[in-house]
Amino acid sequence: MEDQWSVADRVLTSRLLVGTGKFRSHAVMREALLASGAEVVTVALRRVDLDKVGEGDVLDFVPPGMHLLPNTSGAVDADEAVRLARLGRAGTGTDLVKLEVTPDPRTLAPDPIETLRAAERLVAERFVVLPYCSADPVLCRHLEEAGCATVMPLGAWIGSNRGLRTRDAIEVIVEQAHVPVVVDAGLGVPSDAAEAMEIGASAVLVNTAIAVAADPVLMARAFALATQAGRMGHLAGRGAVLEQAEASSPLTGFLQ
Amino acid sequence: MPSACGASEHGVAVSQPPGRFAQHLASVAPPPLMDLGAALAHPSLEALPTLLSPEVLPRLEELAQQAREVTLQRFGRAVRLFAPLYVSNACLSSCTYCGFSKELDVARRTLTVEQVVSEARTLVDRGFRHLLLVSGEHRVEVSADYLVQCVEALRPFVPSISVETQTWSDDTYARLVAAGLEGVVHYQETYDRERYAETHLAGWKRDYDRRLSSTERAAEAGVRRLGIGALLGLSADWRADVLAVARHAVWLQRTYWRTEVTVSLPRIKASASGFQPLVPVSDAEYVQALCALRLAAPEAGIVLSTREPAALRDGLARIAVTSMSAGSSTEPGGYLTPGEAQEQFSVSDERTPAQVAAMLEAAGYEPVWKDAFPLVELG
Repeated sequence: MEDQWSVADRVLTSRLLVGTGKFRSHAVMREALLASGAEVVTVALRRVDLDKVGEGDVLDFVPPGMHLLPNTSGAVDADEAVRLARLGRAGTGTDLVKLEVTPDPRTLAPDPIETLRAAERLVAERFVVLPYCSADPVLCRHLEEAGCATVMPLGAWIGSNRGLRTRDAIEVIVEQAHVPVVVDAGLGVPSDAAEAMEIGASAVLVNTAIAVAADPVLMARAFALATQAGRMGHLAGRGAVLEQAEASSPLTGFLQ
Repeated sequence: MPSACGASEHGVAVSQPPGRFAQHLASVAPPPLMDLGAALAHPSLEALPTLLSPEVLPRLEELAQQAREVTLQRFGRAVRLFAPLYVSNACLSSCTYCGFSKELDVARRTLTVEQVVSEARTLVDRGFRHLLLVSGEHRVEVSADYLVQCVEALRPFVPSISVETQTWSDDTYARLVAAGLEGVVHYQETYDRERYAETHLAGWKRDYDRRLSSTERAAEAGVRRLGIGALLGLSADWRADVLAVARHAVWLQRTYWRTEVTVSLPRIKASASGFQPLVPVSDAEYVQALCALRLAAPEAGIVLSTREPAALRDGLARIAVTSMSAGSSTEPGGYLTPGEAQEQFSVSDERTPAQVAAMLEAAGYEPVWKDAFPLVELG
């Protein structure tokens, strides 16, 4: 079954996107990235040191062939995010950018106002913008109208491993969206990824849950399988949710 | 409460009124000791005096396990590396424990901006991208203009620049932020007003309230990383200082929500001052202090310098510490031309930055050399 999706003109098969933070070493990160089967990997530009590429920088451990998705983590307003995105494009050569604007270091909650401002400017500068955002249906509409290639609402607070706490809002966002919906942040176990995919998300992005697992490589494989399983479950079409039991072989079946 | 008096440049006694945190601190009573099991089950600022009490020492392993869990969850398996760059040991303040104290007859040196750049290049060659410019308190030799020039000269090749200098009451913090500064570090040394007055005898630093409110002024000027701390061993009651610094960290985070806060609890070291700590803090008590701090202020970064010996640093990196210096010199010019000026204190961990990074990797942690980006548009 060919089940592809795309971000701008990038056609993708894997619906699991992965991050590169919090791993105990670059070598473990690389193994986990490979095990995840992901085709898109996000890297914090603030961690990239272009002077050290070729000498053990994080970019040296991203397997060849993966789409690099630089992110603006650490930016506290639109100005900083735009400046970082430009540095990222100049340094890495990709026009993809995962827009993150998080002025509160305690919650790392995305700033809806500055994110939208930055998205409008980056789209005008011909970036392919994937914004990390609150699970807010109206904000997602605004981001879509601004020309973003996806929306990336959070499942729970970033790094919290709390699971799909925003399920009700994500269902609305999925139902209304004309661009891929990538559930980002907070997914803690593979079943969380499966749940997001079952309710119709186009993809999920997972970092902390894999990076801080006791065995990150095994966890990466588990997330890959769960993402696939959730997607298949969504495509298969679930049965109705009923108030009470209904026998699977009704007594009057012989009459038909 | 005695008012702290500082001496102005002309010898006129001046002092600043208590800042917002000083007022907050004066308004809260120390929490009572509680049941140890309850404190361990629900660690918080209220539980901190209990977590710092001697009865915890037999259960230190349990405390450390809990602190490690919290550190891993919040900060991951990563330790940020930075280097102090001493730009001057000239000083107009007199502090009884410090090797730079103004009355000491020691070799003084203030680097030119060009020399600061050369030292920084050496540190960048060793891998550092986070630098902390440190000086004594001399507003003529280490002026606001000088610091702005340093930041402007370093920012093209140093993504993260912080300063640890005298406190400022004018627009200096805002000027430094505009130049690209990321962080400001001001340790209160001790939060005990009487002990503070006994150990800070002259200069701007004599003014307790000026010093304590300086982090508020820096946050209001847009500084995004604030470093605070207490010098353990300076006051007889080090536990009270740990409690005050934890309160300070939590208060700053709640009041200035855009600001990241780091805490450091250096233990007093031998220096040219000849100062002897009132109460030595043992290694076990030190580990206890950092674990308790981690649990009471879980969102604050914890910084550990090379004052502490290698074995202790290696252990604490696995428990609570999130930021470490390495290969440090505490003498202005000490990376390129050591031996020309007095150091502030002697370092204990003399390993190279690469050796410290290798230790972290072997322990299952990523040494983070760069976690920053230019904060102003570079031409």
